[in-house]
Amino acid sequence: MEAAVFILSLVDCCALIFLSVYFIITLSDLECDYINARACCSKLNKWVIPEMIGQCLSTVLMLVSMHWFVFLLNLPVAAWDIYRYLKVPMGNMGVFDPTEIHNRGQLKSHMKEAMIKLGYHLLCFFIYLYNMILALIND
Amino acid sequence: MSAPGPTNVGSSVSYKQSSAANGGGAPRCQNGPAQTMYPPPTGHYGAPPQQQNYHINPVQSTPVHGKVPITNNTLSPNYYHNNQQQQQHLPQQHVANSSYTAPCSASSSQSYASLPSSAPPPSNTQYTQHSFQQRHPPYTTPASYYGQQSYQVPPPPLHHPTVVPAPSSGSETPLHPIVSYPSSQGISQYGTLSSLQGTSTPTIISNQMGAPLHQYNTSQPAPTTPVHPGYGGGLPSQMAPLMNGQGNPVQAPLQKHYDQSHQTLQSYNSYGGVGHHSGSGDADRTPLRTPSTSVHSSPGHHQGMQYGYVGNNGANSASTIASDPSAAPSTSSSDEDEDEDEDEEAGGDSTSSSTGSASPVPNSYDSLEGGSYPDAMLPSNNLTNEAQAYCNYGYPSMQQAPVSCPDSASPNAMYGQSSYQQFSQPFPNLSQLSAALGGLSGVPELEMEALRPVNLLQERLLLPRRPLEAPEPNISADLKKVNCSPETFRCTLTSLPQTQALLNKARLPLGLLLHPFRDLQQLPVITSNTIVRCRFCRTYINPFVTFLDQRRWKCNLCYRVNDVPDEFMYNPVTRSYGEPHKRPEVQNSTVEFIASSDYMLRPPQPAVYLFVLDVSHNAVETGYLKYFCESLLENLDKLPGDMHTRVGFLTFDSTIHFYNLQHGLSQPQMLVVSDLDDVFIPSHDSLMVKLKESRELVKDLLTSLPAMVSQTRETHSALGPALQAAFKLMSPTGGRISVFQTQLPSLGAGLLQSREDPNQRSSSKGVQHLGPATDFYKKLALDCSGQQIGVDLFLLSSQYADLASLACISKYSAGSVFYFPSFHHIHNPTQLEKFQRDLERYLTRKIGFEAVMRIRCTKGLSIHTFHGNFFVRSTDLLSLANVNPDSAFAVQMSIEDSLADSSLACFQAALLYTSSKGKRRIRVHTLCLPVVNQLSDIYAGADVQAITCLLANMAIDRSISSSLSDARDALVNAVVDFANSYKSNVSNLQQSGLVLPASMRLFPLYILALLKQKSLRTGTSTRLDERVFAMCDFKTQPLQQLMRMVHPDLYRLDDMSDQGALHLNNTVVPQPHLLHLAAERLSRDGAFLMDCGTTFYLFIGKCCSEMFIQDVLGYPNFTSIPANMSYIPELETLLSERVRAFVDWLQDNRAFSSSIHVVKDDASSKTTFFQHLLEDQSESASSYQEFLKHIQRQMS
Repeated sequence: MEAAVFILSLVDCCALIFLSVYFIITLSDLECDYINARACCSKLNKWVIPEMIGQCLSTVLMLVSMHWFVFLLNLPVAAWDIYRYLKVPMGNMGVFDPTEIHNRGQLKSHMKEAMIKLGYHLLCFFIYLYNMILALIND
Repeated sequence: MSAPGPTNVGSSVSYKQSSAANGGGAPRCQNGPAQTMYPPPTGHYGAPPQQQNYHINPVQSTPVHGKVPITNNTLSPNYYHNNQQQQQHLPQQHVANSSYTAPCSASSSQSYASLPSSAPPPSNTQYTQHSFQQRHPPYTTPASYYGQQSYQVPPPPLHHPTVVPAPSSGSETPLHPIVSYPSSQGISQYGTLSSLQGTSTPTIISNQMGAPLHQYNTSQPAPTTPVHPGYGGGLPSQMAPLMNGQGNPVQAPLQKHYDQSHQTLQSYNSYGGVGHHSGSGDADRTPLRTPSTSVHSSPGHHQGMQYGYVGNNGANSASTIASDPSAAPSTSSSDEDEDEDEDEEAGGDSTSSSTGSASPVPNSYDSLEGGSYPDAMLPSNNLTNEAQAYCNYGYPSMQQAPVSCPDSASPNAMYGQSSYQQFSQPFPNLSQLSAALGGLSGVPELEMEALRPVNLLQERLLLPRRPLEAPEPNISADLKKVNCSPETFRCTLTSLPQTQALLNKARLPLGLLLHPFRDLQQLPVITSNTIVRCRFCRTYINPFVTFLDQRRWKCNLCYRVNDVPDEFMYNPVTRSYGEPHKRPEVQNSTVEFIASSDYMLRPPQPAVYLFVLDVSHNAVETGYLKYFCESLLENLDKLPGDMHTRVGFLTFDSTIHFYNLQHGLSQPQMLVVSDLDDVFIPSHDSLMVKLKESRELVKDLLTSLPAMVSQTRETHSALGPALQAAFKLMSPTGGRISVFQTQLPSLGAGLLQSREDPNQRSSSKGVQHLGPATDFYKKLALDCSGQQIGVDLFLLSSQYADLASLACISKYSAGSVFYFPSFHHIHNPTQLEKFQRDLERYLTRKIGFEAVMRIRCTKGLSIHTFHGNFFVRSTDLLSLANVNPDSAFAVQMSIEDSLADSSLACFQAALLYTSSKGKRRIRVHTLCLPVVNQLSDIYAGADVQAITCLLANMAIDRSISSSLSDARDALVNAVVDFANSYKSNVSNLQQSGLVLPASMRLFPLYILALLKQKSLRTGTSTRLDERVFAMCDFKTQPLQQLMRMVHPDLYRLDDMSDQGALHLNNTVVPQPHLLHLAAERLSRDGAFLMDCGTTFYLFIGKCCSEMFIQDVLGYPNFTSIPANMSYIPELETLLSERVRAFVDWLQDNRAFSSSIHVVKDDASSKTTFFQHLLEDQSESASSYQEFLKHIQRQMS
């Protein structure tokens, strides 16, 4: 049971890592002007909800399997994702808005956010891996 | 070809389509012969033949003049694959021509004749066919759209310009032998020209050429003193077009020309105030022959600009005329074509050239810069004398040598000498530059004055006597002289801090305020094969680069070294070789290049205008339609564009109506689409029609439209689908959509709900709903922007129409928003008048299509945020589907790396656009500022107006993204922080009270004024739409206008004296002092003028002297002045003249003319006047003194 939870989390975490990398690549493409803001934002906005779901999934998994420490580690990130999604102003085209992204250093802050998330997911990845191995051994 | 179809407008063919049936398939709309008659649309811009046309181009070119290259720009022709080989004489001259006319007429010449002017054979391409052309090789045809012109020149005398004796057709016309080469003649669609184009006889032609342009002959050694027609004073510029049209040589604005033999590249032309060059008559009389130097400037202010190019073209031809054959050994490229270069826009540019090793023809410039104008070097005040301004801004270099010898016996000799001198001048190199800079570490007096501590609580009279000027950057006089005009380019800190840390310490925002496309009085236009740019950062060469030696220059933005191309070594102004630092690019910080095909992603688009009109019941009630149609009818000829201009109309209520205006129909045909879910375009090629061909139909439609819809009962408004339809209609070409809307959109996509709660209008808490309610308009705007469509919104509604959402359509497609609250044609004459005035300006103002603007800055600086209407495509690139001369931009900057390496930092804004004549142009502005490391220097150079405007933009962003109260707090904090910073870092006085440096003494006043603006005020009842509109306005208004709106100028008029008055063109413009905006400054016995930017108020006190009332207003006494007087009568009294001169002078450089209201001391309109007295307490806002005390409390 426990091993299954962690295997699932691991898979989820891998997906999130890939997503973070994808965000970083796309944003840096935009920074270097390889793609235009419109294309970039529509690409990224598509993945905002999957990312949110992925994050919530691992949070919920940890909650139900009663791994409190990992749950608390996951919770702020999940909360941030949801908050970010909800606070988008009505007229905007999603979390990434092509008309705003070059303003007020938004591009940089998005980039920073994606980097931090990448680091965080990597950390989670090893935690899950360790726990999974532990669980498999215990079985 | 005439289509007998269902052409009656009344009997509209209606395409009812059940939306369920099929997704709006086109097949359904095939009824009516009109549709079937023409081939289906395919091409870029419509029907295939036309498309063909774009590429065909002057296959026929060929000037056989062999050695005489035609100088005009070689660029656009190249682009169009024109294979004009030199010396090649191809038989088919008319490819392009016929292709144009293919759809409608067999004979090409007739097709053109359909110009309204009914000029027989208009002087456009047709000329080629006329027989006289053969006889007069030089006469070339003007232009077809893309610069192809089909002129055909028979093998004529080589090496020699043809001399066409000018007929003495006009009694005043002196005999000018006109030497002409094939050159372009401007065509214009404008009525004024028709007279010029009317005839096809050779005599007239030469007359024609002679008329608009006046060459001087200067190369005859020692003729009389070259006349300087210009500079004198003269014709009101409005007359210019007229004169041109009449071809009256004596009075026509003088076009002086530099003819740079063909080798040279550019001509300087200015938009000129005609005034500069009037008086040319004398000049004309000088017999002419031979290479003449002429400069010419086209008439006109902005209004006149459209006409200006007439002169230009003339000038072009003149320049070719003058060219000296010997100097024209074969040019390197196929420059033989001349394109007509109708550069109306630039006002003038003319000659161009290619590289070549031509020995410069000695020539005198006297006529140009005029010996008669020796004081050109003096710093001039362009307010007082335009001519001076011309010199000052324009060509500083040229004044140096040649000019100083006005009466030279032999200009040639002089010229030669001077050029040698120049040649031997060393290049300024880095060390010299820095030495020069080092020498100015002071300007101590100015700085001291700017830093003088001012205790605001004690000093009450802070306003300068005259409106504040922009502070001058503290750089060497040489650089100052060439620096960009503050009206175009302004920085909040004219001394840049070295590091971000220092900037943070200063507590002032760093940013730029740009007005890149504003109407300029003069602008050097450069046609050159290679536009010299930095290889690494792509910066355009500018006056602030450093020449390391003759062959290398160092970029001032990235500091890397580039080579100077060969072509650049030749200086067309002085016609000498080897002085790249004297080229106009290096002498002017604002220049315009004619771009080559490298700067195009597709063929430049023609001018395309689509009008989307609300015809619902509500719209009909307001009655705007009639005035719109009238205004458009009146200005149809003045719409910027050329023979390819297209127009279209689309009206909507709960359905969408298209108008088939295809040439050949006897009446416009209305097509109704009622399927709003999936809007389709019933006919592709006949809805956007060439104005030239379908002018009569357009006129018909405009005349009948108001009556047609007057009976409508439909109250719904399907704006969203109408915009989608407009987008589909325009997406093949791009262009401008003008939307007129009178209510909240209530049907189809993009429908909006009313979000305003009238009870919250005066709430002092937050204001909700400042942001858009839906992303529909934003998405559509981005789609439009991608297809190079700009959308301008005219909102004329009395009810809430959710401007916050609607404005997005313009905001992100680089359009403009106009709002006329409570518009009604009978009940609200003020708004009606404003609507008419604004609409006229809107229709006739210059426009640039498919534009992008890039802002580059010295390494270490980076752009943080943009403000204005556009779409930011990448970090420093703005995409502007349309660019208009009235909108400005603001940019916030941050300092990423230390700027310590250099003592100067530069900003360059390059605007690449397609003119309404289908020319790709680049306008480049460069601003140079010193870098300092002392806080006191930063404060000394702070530009309080620019700071206020930038803060206003930031506050608006803040109020939308966060809340209004946040934004207000941030503004107050900006003052508090600044005062604190000044107190702790710079001021060493232990004075109590609120002390600021003199340069910033108006800062709290301006911030208070901002807080009392409609956009940011709280507590006073403000309708949401008006508030949102005020916010939009803040983002797009140019600085001067914005400052007048924020802090109006108040003058007392009844005791004006002539002391210190300006003398302009025989009128005396008094200069009364500025007064503080407080009721205590008013008096009962005075008359005061308040200038609020868009409105003037003339306040008449109760005890105002009857003499003033009589002299200025024409009424016997105070009581007899009517309540709603909104004009100043033209009376013959001295006082009236002074007052009108002053008001006119204030209006002079304004895009939209302001209305004037006479406000009596007792009238109810008094409140609107008193509302602008910002220093007084109002119902909900504090007075200035209270505000200062508040600031002081916050400090601590």
